[in-house]
Amino acid sequence: MNITTSEVYERGTSLWQDAWIRLRKNKMAVAGGITLIVITLLCVLVPFLSPYDYEQQDLLLGASAPSTQHWLGTDVFGRDLLTRILFGGRISLLVGVIATSVALIIGVTWGAIAGYAGGRVDAFMMRFVDIVYALPFMIFVVLLMVIFGRNLFLLFLVIGAVEWLTMARIVRSQVQSLKQLEFIEAAISLGLSSWTIIRRHLIPNAIGPVIVYTTLTIPSVMLLEAFISFLGLGIQPPQSSWGSLIADGVETMEEFPWLLIFPGLALSVTLFALNFLGDGLRDALDVRGAKD
Amino acid sequence: MWRFIGSRLLQAIPVLFIVIALTFFLVRFAPGGPFSTEKAVVPEVKRALEAQYHLDQPLLVQFGSYLSDLARGDFGPSFKYPGRSVNELIAAGIPATAELGFYALIVAVVLGMTAGIVAALSPNTWRDYLPMSSAMIGICMPTFLLGPLLVLIFGLWLEWTPVSGWGEVPGDKILPSLTLGAAYAAYVARLTRSGLLEVLSQDYIRTARAKGLPNFIIVFKHALRGSLIPVVAFLGPAFAGLLSGSFVVETIFQVPGLGRFFVQAAFNRDYTLILGSTVFFAVLIVVFNLLSDVLAAWLNPRLRSGLGDRS
Repeated sequence: MNITTSEVYERGTSLWQDAWIRLRKNKMAVAGGITLIVITLLCVLVPFLSPYDYEQQDLLLGASAPSTQHWLGTDVFGRDLLTRILFGGRISLLVGVIATSVALIIGVTWGAIAGYAGGRVDAFMMRFVDIVYALPFMIFVVLLMVIFGRNLFLLFLVIGAVEWLTMARIVRSQVQSLKQLEFIEAAISLGLSSWTIIRRHLIPNAIGPVIVYTTLTIPSVMLLEAFISFLGLGIQPPQSSWGSLIADGVETMEEFPWLLIFPGLALSVTLFALNFLGDGLRDALDVRGAKD
Repeated sequence: MWRFIGSRLLQAIPVLFIVIALTFFLVRFAPGGPFSTEKAVVPEVKRALEAQYHLDQPLLVQFGSYLSDLARGDFGPSFKYPGRSVNELIAAGIPATAELGFYALIVAVVLGMTAGIVAALSPNTWRDYLPMSSAMIGICMPTFLLGPLLVLIFGLWLEWTPVSGWGEVPGDKILPSLTLGAAYAAYVARLTRSGLLEVLSQDYIRTARAKGLPNFIIVFKHALRGSLIPVVAFLGPAFAGLLSGSFVVETIFQVPGLGRFFVQAAFNRDYTLILGSTVFFAVLIVVFNLLSDVLAAWLNPRLRSGLGDRS
């Protein structure tokens, strides 16, 4: 009897190792992960790596094609494109991470409370999610940015507020099924408060789908930010993100196509990597229905 | 079936009310009104203008009268285009947007399903990998990047298609439709593939094979219908994305449609036009979600009794 329990226990702890082994076998996911690490490092370290400043203009040079001096060429003000892309990447990645965290916090809390409380509270909270889900969000995002100015903090908040709904649904269904299990019953009979049970026992056990969905939320958040910045409502000059660099590139794409192609490549490759990593994680953690 | 439609319609009412209320108060509380322009307006003129558009009344009264106008299908006058009603402006934008959306949907369904079927029929070969990695690119490539790139390649370098416009020169509708449809084609391809693969492994397909039916009949008559449910369920919500995608596509290709109107209205702070187009979009989205639910219920009778997997 003792042996079987310890065996079960051992299998339980090796869940993450299993997932890690499965993830490592998935070449696309590994490539995605490595690409992401490299891009993030480059963006973080760019002030030390690049000989150019991101606002440093060279009006005599103007827009120049890729060369040994400027690997990806320069924009119409003679600013080094590679440096600008990497600095823009800081903003794009930051928006992705912070807005996703906002969505994560709201969604996990909301879903865990709804799932744990059950009954009327649950019905009310999830009905609310259903209604908000049906709102035309893109329109509200555009409206909010127009009305309250183009402020970076608001951008995080708005995007986070859009993306938490699916997270809430996923966590709720996880918590609902976990709630039936004996260890929660044990925790209740030990007299733990509901909040402690949610925080210590329910959320950690629902973490798999949350991780997967988080990796898949980051690209959609980055896409949203790029979309808003492309419309000219997000990041304002002299700051730039990949979205606003693409918007600038479109204006001059006939004469200087590299100004469109390279920022676009940076955005696409990052989104690509994130999606592959997310898909790989979903398979590795064996999470169903996190996205489709 | 009718009860199902009825309950879905009842759910739509609070959604629409919240959309209207949220937009109304959001726009009213926004700093800077439609008349706070560069030119200093004489106070009397401003007051007269505000009286004309009932902006001097209490907010709740304004909201009430807006709702009652709306119930009669009247979106009110436009603030920025004097003498024109929002109804007229929306009506002017509908044809182009509807046509664009329709073509994009065709692109999405035809391209996506073809790719998905081809991939599912020979899984894990190059005929699977090629369409599926293209689909991944389609998902990762945002509309505002794909559009300009297509213009650059086919419009400027190869000179096969016009660069922008809508219905002016032959062929100028190709690029906008492709751009808008591409991402959805990619999703449709993925959903078709996974749906078809799942159905093809089921018993009734084995029965069909055992009866000696040709592969073509099995796939197109028996398997496809069952595998279309996720695709149909996706297309309803996708319609919302198609609309917001039309903001970008209509701006890039200078299509005189609703999306471009909305962006302009938002920049101009044209209260009634913003409100009107938001409400209009919301109604469209709700209607299309309803339609896709009904279609999904028709394809899969199991959904009819319960509430379906979305609630």
